Amino acid sequence: MALTAIFFYLFAVLALASAATVIVAKNPVHAVLFLILTFFNAAGLFILLNAEFLAMLLIIVYVGAVAVLFLFVVMMLDVDFAELRAGFIKNAPVGLLVGGVVLAELVALLAARGIGPVASTLVAQPIPQDLSNTEALGRILYTKYIYFFQGAGLVLLVAMIGAIVLTLRHKEGVKRQSIADQVARGPATAVKMVKVASGGSAIPDSKSDH
Amino acid sequence: MEIGLAHYLTVAACLFTLGMFGIFLNRKNVIIILMSVELMLLAVNINLVAFSHFHADLIGQVFALFVLTVAAAESAIGLAIIVVYFRNRGSIAVEDINMMKG
Repeated sequence: MALTAIFFYLFAVLALASAATVIVAKNPVHAVLFLILTFFNAAGLFILLNAEFLAMLLIIVYVGAVAVLFLFVVMMLDVDFAELRAGFIKNAPVGLLVGGVVLAELVALLAARGIGPVASTLVAQPIPQDLSNTEALGRILYTKYIYFFQGAGLVLLVAMIGAIVLTLRHKEGVKRQSIADQVARGPATAVKMVKVASGGSAIPDSKSDH
Repeated sequence: MEIGLAHYLTVAACLFTLGMFGIFLNRKNVIIILMSVELMLLAVNINLVAFSHFHADLIGQVFALFVLTVAAAESAIGLAIIVVYFRNRGSIAVEDINMMKG
């Protein structure tokens, strides 16, 4: 139990510290890297909560895809990030005020109401003890929650198509292959009959031709 | 010392507040704002998984999975919009985004 507590505090403190660094970092690349560190520590917390599948998913999806996407965008855009930091200090008091109020409310709610035991009749899907986390999750995800699962897939499909449609652009002046034009090309457009005068040059005058 | 549900909820509350504070702090940099939104969604996920574990109910993890999906889609679309906006205007400052006068 002591080991669990040590790891909990390690992950929690590191997650909060790196989250704080994300929002105050001067260099946005550093902010993305600290975001990755935050996700890693959150994955550690998930493992402490016996949610191994979600922990691995967090690392694969967030560190592997989303954070790399952020890195791409930060490095691709030629933005003066120092200029964007103007007003950083000016906005801090309001943020501290609102953030402090929200945190105080959340903690006060926790402290005032406390956390009672949940009635066992309210548990919709008890965690099976003889199955691994991934298998247990798969068993209800593919049966009871199959429509929601398909809906999540649709959300991702729409996001993928949307991102492609938004960022795809055709540059003017770039020669591309046009299959339709190639197929439509027949003898009428491709072959040109030139009447050659006898005794003259077989090569047509290029200046008058084009 | 036993680590209970309250510990995890406190961590998630702090993370959520940090995300909100980040939005106030980086009012002009829309990329950091997106990262702050990701932090807030992560805090929500920690809450869901913590409740799932301490109430021995698997549904919390299923819901956290869907939240993860939506968060990934949201950041993909958001970053695509930022790229297109930068291409058109040459800047990503938030206060310039007022063409619609909403």
